[in-house]
Amino acid sequence: MTATTAPLAALALGDDALVLSHRLGEWAGHAPVLEEEVALANIALDLLGQARVLLSMAGDEDELAYLREERAFRNLQLVEQPNGDFAHTIARQLYFSTYQRLLYGQLAAGKTRFAGLAAKAVKEVAYHQDHAEQWTLRLGDGTDESHQRMDRACAALWRFTGEMFQPVDGLDGVDREELRTAWEESVGQVLGRATLTVPEGPRTGAWTAGAGRQGVHTEPFGRMLAEMQHLHRSHPGASW
Amino acid sequence: MVTPTTPSTPSPPSTPSTPSPSPTPPTPPTPPTLSEAELLRLAGSVPDPELPVLTLEELGVLRAVHVGSAGSVEVELTPTYTGCPAVEAMSSDIERVLREHGVREISVHTVLTPAWSTDDISPEGRRKLRESGIAPPRATRAPAPAPVPLTLGPTRTITGAPDTEPLRCPRCGSADTELLSRFSSTACKALRRCLSCREPFDHFKEL
Repeated sequence: MTATTAPLAALALGDDALVLSHRLGEWAGHAPVLEEEVALANIALDLLGQARVLLSMAGDEDELAYLREERAFRNLQLVEQPNGDFAHTIARQLYFSTYQRLLYGQLAAGKTRFAGLAAKAVKEVAYHQDHAEQWTLRLGDGTDESHQRMDRACAALWRFTGEMFQPVDGLDGVDREELRTAWEESVGQVLGRATLTVPEGPRTGAWTAGAGRQGVHTEPFGRMLAEMQHLHRSHPGASW
Repeated sequence: MVTPTTPSTPSPPSTPSTPSPSPTPPTPPTPPTLSEAELLRLAGSVPDPELPVLTLEELGVLRAVHVGSAGSVEVELTPTYTGCPAVEAMSSDIERVLREHGVREISVHTVLTPAWSTDDISPEGRRKLRESGIAPPRATRAPAPAPVPLTLGPTRTITGAPDTEPLRCPRCGSADTELLSRFSSTACKALRRCLSCREPFDHFKEL
């Protein structure tokens, strides 16, 4: 941990949690069934709690969430992708929760400033991963229609997954190779059980998408931020 | 995160609104002569804002109380879930109770380490949960902090998974229950249904 680079790592992890939390919150009032709406909102709440701790390590949580421009966010491009249909949301959850659980597992066992939060959050994320896996099985091994949609969603988001294994400044003590291997094994196993195929095509390299950790984001992110930040910017200091 | 909550309109304990029968001049509030153990007991008696049948002590979220040199009191609180919105209400409730007992300077800190677990809920807390219709969490501290698999029914090619320790309906005690949703009214609960008495119920998830 160094004073100059650790805030960047806190921003990266905090922005992942914040942005995905907001995306999941967009399901409120739109989820297919009430139980699922409650589930997605609960996962969003867990992520928001993580984001608050992580962003507070890097500065003022509200300023960071509401007053930064798009290029200052350090989240993965994966988490900013629109909800799409329910299958897209579940594919995004599967990819991200598997990554987050493995990453937090490593951080919890380490000695960095993230160890405490990671030890706490990894237990919550285990439920997020379980939720995503169960739905992947349900949709992939469900009807022909749900199978097709889940297949399409997994393929569409695949190109955003390579970015998860790129180095993050200030995130010490993470074995990225082990992270990647474990992620591929876990996701591959779930997709197999769900009768889905592991998507082909470049996940890393010239064709891959993803430079969110460098502040480069996809088009839908700007619109998401506009909505997320609108109230705070229009009414600074507003409270309930 | 540090939550130095300061209620906007605290009524000073030294000026009760009801007229005192005693003619003696107003005495300064009792100095915090209470011991740390007594303060811990007081703070621990505060009911949980979301599950008021439980006290904070029974929930196991109160970590420590320290008395500083100038009589200031510092309370350490740990959240059940990182994003638990009840933490702020807990903090202000603790402040209010300690203030009523003459403590003037209170700060409540949130600590994350060691992480809270449902194993921290006391036996008395578990009994109260069951009595109020919530199935208490099963023990987790045995092998690893892995989630208890909450498996839905079979699909086209999957024929369900073997059950672990059965979870019992808090109303009729039947072990024949099914999962409706792994997330319920709050992040810490799952929604289940009893197949014997047909009643839905909340289950405090193992964490």
